Amino acid sequence: MLIPSIILAAAFLYLCLLFAIAYWGDKRADAGRSLVANPYIYALSIAVYCTAWTFYGSVGRAAASGIDFLTIYLGPTLVFVLCWAVLRKILRISKANRITSIADFISARYGKTQVLGGLVTVIAVVGIVPYISLQLKAVSASFNVLIHYPQIVMPSAVSTVPLLQDTALYVALVLAIFSILFGTRHIDASEHHEGMVAAIAFESVVKLVAFLTVGVFVTFGLYGGFGDLFDKAMESADFARLLTATPSSTFGNWMTLMALSMAAIICLPRQWHVIVVENVDEKHIDKAAWLFPLYLLLINIFVLPIAVAGLMEFRGQQADADTFVLALPMLARQEGVALFAFIGGLSAATGMVIVETVALSTMLCNDLVMPVLLRLKWLRLTERKDLGRLLLGIRRGGIVFVVLLSYLYFRLIGESYALVTIGLVSFAAAAQFAPAIIGGIFWKTANRWGAFIGLGLGFLLWFYTLLLPSFVRSGWLDETLLTAGPWGLALLRPQALFGLAGLDPLSHALFWTMLVNIGAYVAVSLVTRQSAIERIQAASFVDVYRRAEAGQRFWRGTATVADLESLLVRFIGAARASQELAEYAARRNLNLGKMREADAELVQHAERLLAGAIGTASARVMVASVAKGETVSLDEVMAILDEASQIIEYSRRLEQKSQELEVASSELRAANVRLKELDRMKDDFISTVSHELRTPLTSIRSFSEILHDNPNIDPAQRSQFLGIIVKESERLTRLINQILDLAKMEAGRMDWQIERLELKEVVDDALAVTRGLFAERDIRLEVDIPAGLPKIEYDRDRLIQVIVNLLSNAVKFCDPVHGRVAIDAAVEGPGLEGGAVRVSVHDNGAGVALADRARLFERFQQIGNTMTDKPQGTGLGLAICRQIVERFGGRIWVDSEPGRGAVFSFLIPSSPAKAQAAQ
Amino acid sequence: MRQGLRGERLVALFILAWLAFHPPIVTLFGVSATVMGLPVLYLYLFAAWLCVIVLTGLVVGRGDAGGPDGPGETARGEREG
Repeated sequence: MLIPSIILAAAFLYLCLLFAIAYWGDKRADAGRSLVANPYIYALSIAVYCTAWTFYGSVGRAAASGIDFLTIYLGPTLVFVLCWAVLRKILRISKANRITSIADFISARYGKTQVLGGLVTVIAVVGIVPYISLQLKAVSASFNVLIHYPQIVMPSAVSTVPLLQDTALYVALVLAIFSILFGTRHIDASEHHEGMVAAIAFESVVKLVAFLTVGVFVTFGLYGGFGDLFDKAMESADFARLLTATPSSTFGNWMTLMALSMAAIICLPRQWHVIVVENVDEKHIDKAAWLFPLYLLLINIFVLPIAVAGLMEFRGQQADADTFVLALPMLARQEGVALFAFIGGLSAATGMVIVETVALSTMLCNDLVMPVLLRLKWLRLTERKDLGRLLLGIRRGGIVFVVLLSYLYFRLIGESYALVTIGLVSFAAAAQFAPAIIGGIFWKTANRWGAFIGLGLGFLLWFYTLLLPSFVRSGWLDETLLTAGPWGLALLRPQALFGLAGLDPLSHALFWTMLVNIGAYVAVSLVTRQSAIERIQAASFVDVYRRAEAGQRFWRGTATVADLESLLVRFIGAARASQELAEYAARRNLNLGKMREADAELVQHAERLLAGAIGTASARVMVASVAKGETVSLDEVMAILDEASQIIEYSRRLEQKSQELEVASSELRAANVRLKELDRMKDDFISTVSHELRTPLTSIRSFSEILHDNPNIDPAQRSQFLGIIVKESERLTRLINQILDLAKMEAGRMDWQIERLELKEVVDDALAVTRGLFAERDIRLEVDIPAGLPKIEYDRDRLIQVIVNLLSNAVKFCDPVHGRVAIDAAVEGPGLEGGAVRVSVHDNGAGVALADRARLFERFQQIGNTMTDKPQGTGLGLAICRQIVERFGGRIWVDSEPGRGAVFSFLIPSSPAKAQAAQ
Repeated sequence: MRQGLRGERLVALFILAWLAFHPPIVTLFGVSATVMGLPVLYLYLFAAWLCVIVLTGLVVGRGDAGGPDGPGETARGEREG
């Protein structure tokens, strides 16, 4: 029962539902229980990207050229992968600056330049109006197809309907009303339109479900699933080509579409509006980063199946593939599915038109009309009491203007083009903003002249290479313009500029526009200089994460508080103005009532408030009109920026210094501890040495005194005393010599005479020295030095000293009755280079207790009770041995079983000099 | 530090996705054959796309975790296609 009245009623009910949802959304927002403050609604609202062009046009494109319709959706997916780097930064900047639109963003970045915002607005309106008209065309065409049910009549066969019977006109008007009601609720355009966003999200759900319904119906209703559908299609070579055709044949086109869609997802005014302006919470972008691409994936799954099915069902007929989504259910007499498909297409179209008109009207008002009106002095606008109403009026007028202009375009020109082509022309226009936006957030040097000239040239070439040819197609201009070029200049043919042929028109246009756009943007930015405010804005955009408050001090506040307040009252209303000022005063603990002069920050704050209402560029002009002081000069800006960066640099250095200091002080502390330890050791050493020296000195003195005081002493006793004196003097001399040796060695001032030595000779020499000792005590000596030991490099005398020391120690401590001392040597540690030689001296004395072994080699440590036993040595012998052995990486130690004697061993590398170098 | 790592992962994923969605990789799948009744090219593009979405979700959603599932899943996805 698809009669026109039912179709119209369904469409009307659907639009009423939209109004209801938007109304409910706004009510909830007013009550503080936001409907849209979650990432899911945010992602769905971004899906406004999918317009009627997606809904109907994708199938059309798939039917014509196969898989490459996907590029339009893969591009945004790629951009959303990079959301972290690009979108988040744009969001942060926009929130900090109360950006209201893409034009506002660009003009704010390049020094709050009104003329730049105006240019962006013009490009956006000229570029996007065809796109809006495309939506109206889709609504009108789909309605015309549907009302002829059960016949299937292609839109091209329908004669143009009279103006007053055209559904598109009424839809356009209803949408204008919707946009006015829900898109211009606040004077502050940077505030959220929650009702509108809720409605858009709802529309996204509707169009997705509708498209999936058609897809499921076609794939599983008309055919037996994907396999069946594709099997049948592959039978025909033509259709098989669609399914397997790869971009290799149209390589350039594939890249072009990818690049365009990547730019479009950010640069289309409606995308900017939902992604940036309507964003409630920066964190939502995290979920949207995968939710939105997932939405795109879902809505595209059935595009190719529907296209292929349509081509097969309508084989041989003159069928417009753009209508397959509707025509296939109609062909199968599925009225419900067909009507739902129509509603889905309607929702795709209306969502786009609503957001796009709101975004464009904001730009028109803030960046084009208001700046012009404020400049017209005779209007005396700046003196009017309430400009808020005027602002809203202009925006509402802007919406009606854009909608009607689009409708006009549709009536005049729209019929001649397939959906996709019009959409891509708009994409190419929006892509012109990409260099200025992306460059603006990453490249500080970019300046307003670069952006202006780049955008301007890109726009002119876009107009020449894409829009003019479309006028030719629709018959407005003569065909010869394309074939022969203007004035017969073949070099200037719009679709083969300067002879560049062989590219498809879109790639051709993208190449030339981007060449001049990016080229001029970069080149001009490099050769011209930035003004003060540009420099501030560039820094605050590029370094938004580092310096959120940069540019605070642009005004040298000489405005009065009263002036500022009256300015705010005029634009944002008395209630809001006083509320904002009160909040500001409370936050900063000021009493505005007593302040006459506003400080720089208050001026800045007022400018920010105004920026939300009338755009950054106009806000600056308005504030300048009440701030009597001049803005700061370039030099001062440089000073401020330098100062800031200097402070950052200072603090960085300070941090570094303090870290260094910490390290140094901990080193110092350690050194101090070590020094104290050394000091204590020195004291110990001195007291021990004095003690050791005093003992022989005392005995020498006592005996000398006895001899001195008793001249008649018995000669035998005298010679005994003299013998003691001599022995003690010798001991004293030895002690002093050893102390000197030790001191020299510890201080590293000993001269070492390194030579190659035969160990056996060294041991023989040492034995020769000590032979007397052994004979005297009647101690048996066993020598076992094998032949063929490697030669060693050492100081001969020192090595002898070590062995002599050990031997004499052994003599002293071995069994007094059956004394036995053995000396042997062996090669050890074959792993070491050249090996090492171990020499051991065994005795059969009392042995050394485990606890004493370690300290045995320290200075003045003698085993046994020093109080009762007479010391048998100086206590320095082993300490000296250790110094000598360890000097070149050797080792000395003692093994012992108490009661069964001790073994003193030392180990020296056979080439100690080398071994030491290796360490 | 963690955010830096997340940024790097996303850039790497972007490059991977860029390659996967452009010739000549895409061209490799333009063969006139079907897998489970689906044309290879169609299947590949959607499978790769889904992988990119899943990986983006993993990297963004769990900025500090998710080391091992990075490259592995993609490799699997590409093989499917």
